[in-house]
Amino acid sequence: MEYLIHIIIIAGIYIILSLSLNIIVGYTGLAALGHISFAAIGAYTSSLLALNFGVSPWIGLIFGAIFASIVGLIVGFPSLRIKGDYLALATFGLGIIIYSIARNWVSLTRGPMGLPGIPQFSIFGYEISSVWSYLILVLIFVIITYFVIRNITNSPFGRVLKGIREDEIATAAMGKNVNKYKIIVFVVGAFFAGIAGSLYAHYITFIDPSSFTVMESIVVLLMVVFGGMGSLAGSFIGASVLVIFPELLRFLGMPSSIAAPLRQMIYGLLLIVLMIWRPQGLIGRFRFKKT
Amino acid sequence: MNILQIQNLVKEFDGIKAADVLSFEIEENSIVALVGPNGSGKTTVFNLITGFLRPNKGRIFFERREIISFSPYKIAQLGIGRTFQNIRLFPQISVMDNVMLGLPYEQGESLSAALFQTKKMKLEEEKNYQKAEELLKVVGLEKKKDELAENLSHGQRKLLELARILALKPKLFLLDEPTAGLFPETKKVMFDLIRNLKDKGKTILFIEHDINSVMDIAEKIIVLNYGKKIAEGKPEEIRNNKEVQKVYLGKTNL
Repeated sequence: MEYLIHIIIIAGIYIILSLSLNIIVGYTGLAALGHISFAAIGAYTSSLLALNFGVSPWIGLIFGAIFASIVGLIVGFPSLRIKGDYLALATFGLGIIIYSIARNWVSLTRGPMGLPGIPQFSIFGYEISSVWSYLILVLIFVIITYFVIRNITNSPFGRVLKGIREDEIATAAMGKNVNKYKIIVFVVGAFFAGIAGSLYAHYITFIDPSSFTVMESIVVLLMVVFGGMGSLAGSFIGASVLVIFPELLRFLGMPSSIAAPLRQMIYGLLLIVLMIWRPQGLIGRFRFKKT
Repeated sequence: MNILQIQNLVKEFDGIKAADVLSFEIEENSIVALVGPNGSGKTTVFNLITGFLRPNKGRIFFERREIISFSPYKIAQLGIGRTFQNIRLFPQISVMDNVMLGLPYEQGESLSAALFQTKKMKLEEEKNYQKAEELLKVVGLEKKKDELAENLSHGQRKLLELARILALKPKLFLLDEPTAGLFPETKKVMFDLIRNLKDKGKTILFIEHDINSVMDIAEKIIVLNYGKKIAEGKPEEIRNNKEVQKVYLGKTNL
């Protein structure tokens, strides 16, 4: 049972990541391939604050999210000048930079040795250590993220985002400040990814750079595309399926040395199949442009 | 009074002059046609006016205000609305949302209004929905409002693009080949809509490929060739202009 709850918690964290990437990729149409780096910033910020300065994880979570969104702001600016494939490459580069920092700035992050013993969240002196209580905590954050992103996308503001996705030039010709919207979207997306990273760190109580590789960014992107770009329900489904599905491989009695690469191969295959037969994702409406 | 003034505009692309010391003025509340053969720089002029391109030299004034360094969105907000030659709609969103994206918002497009789903935003949204509905009626697309824009026919797309630009309520309309590829009936609808705009006090500058089809509607015609203005005047003056005849009919016996 504890194992099942654990899976749901991990799925919840990925749902937050997918929702926050969906607003960037699915609604605004910006090809972002470095989403996990925002989670890494959130995770490392709140872990280091807790370990080095004894800062409460709650405050660390907020600082982590804010710091991630500052980096989102910095990434947002070049995104104004580069588009499409080039933006994908640039954000991919960001993913590599953040990973390298986590791995090589040993005096700060302990590099590949990782940060063990990260304290857990606590309320009124009680540690949230059981999986049940952590499940509730994650679900609360999932609900908050969902409502914030839903409110943003389900509004005239969100309509402008879709306009940018569909045709940036036409959106500008309608008197909309496209650049402003793009930056806001990156900041919001990074903020929630930072929260997801921090939730992960204080749950597992150990982080190392291997949790934040570029491959992870691609998995999150796959979740968004699989569920459906521009569909929030799609992000729930995409993240849940792609977290739970590989776990099923365990029950086939496969050793993890085979299951891990198999998981990646299945992800890759899934993406290919999806692009051919259902480019809008399971329940999405928006497709990549035919060019 | 002149609503738009273009002074000595120069735009080069790799040595090719798309605008070659171009100057003209557009009088307020008039219909002006910009004509010329393929590649004569008509669309470039539109892109320069609306800020999508920056000229190498020259100045552009809109309502006596220099707008040369403004971003496209700023120019649109000032009151210059444009359509595109190859129709730029928002294909994968509804016809309704396409028009609503043209409407100027005061409250609703801010992040905080969206986050807190404010009452003001919802009221504005309701009002704008009705406005958009009326505009769709004007162009005869009200029955298609919930369809995706990509499912419209070519003529309907042209009309939708016009409805969207009407929503923006510009003072100056720049229409890039508004009747290209339209059936004669739809063409008539389009020209009627343009005349209607003039009656409402708007100014229209439109690009046309075919010089004969603008004779009835335009009050003034500006003819471009290789980025240069070769003629400007009333339709009958243009009809009898030797230079224009040479460009259009290839008459060399001068």
